[in-house]
Amino acid sequence: MKTVLLFEFTVDKGSNTVNVRREFAANLNLVWDAWTTPELLDQWWAPKPYRTETKSMDFREGGSWLYAMISPANEKHWCKNDYHKIDGHKSFTALDAFCDENGVANQDMPRTVWTNVFSATGDKTLVTITAKYDSLADLEKIIEMGFKEGFTMALGNLDELLLTLSNNQDEE
Amino acid sequence: MRRDVFQAISDPTRRAIISLIALQAMTPNTIAEHFETTRQAVSKHLRILQECELIRAGQQGREIYYQLEIDRMKEIDQWLEQFRQIWETKFSQLDNLLLTIKNEKK
Repeated sequence: MKTVLLFEFTVDKGSNTVNVRREFAANLNLVWDAWTTPELLDQWWAPKPYRTETKSMDFREGGSWLYAMISPANEKHWCKNDYHKIDGHKSFTALDAFCDENGVANQDMPRTVWTNVFSATGDKTLVTITAKYDSLADLEKIIEMGFKEGFTMALGNLDELLLTLSNNQDEE
Repeated sequence: MRRDVFQAISDPTRRAIISLIALQAMTPNTIAEHFETTRQAVSKHLRILQECELIRAGQQGREIYYQLEIDRMKEIDQWLEQFRQIWETKFSQLDNLLLTIKNEKK
């Protein structure tokens, strides 16, 4: 039996922001760690079937997280997050970018400012995420890239589902 | 140059035009009255919206009325759904990780 967790996703076309609110069934310290330590980020950040591999992480104001999103075919897409403001266990703001393996940002791709706010709600933690784009066209560009991933992802999830189904049949 | 719905909604004036005619079909004159910009500027936006197939011009008597193509607007919704799906996947991965960590601590 899974607990029902709050998940809100809204797009404000007027201010070019995507707003996400999501609750997680763990205490604030643990959720904060999952978002800010490379060992944990590597285990969940990339949507399946992609995986994340951190090259370097300096979680400080002015520091960066440089990582690769790796496809099942072993293609590496390098990304980074530059940390602007950090308010320990409460919130942080970061500017993301597609880049090369040395962290040199790709100027042709839009960059997004992310603000993540963490708050304890009893034994759960609420994370409020705001992604601010320069324009709706930027938002479009980002999602076009996600399309391919989204499609592969859907197929990956289907594989998993089929595996579960076939395992269940074996047990019968 | 191929136009699509996202180009249609990437401009604030065009978004406002869409909101206007979502309520009811309107003539270009009526639409222009809602904006400070020139008639030419509004006409240009209407032309782009038509090329994006987001609005359709229909004749009623001697007037041309523009109306919204609802099905094209749905495309935007579907596109956002993709975005949402990516987040859902990431978050359920995080749920599993948090659960694993909590169980290890016990």
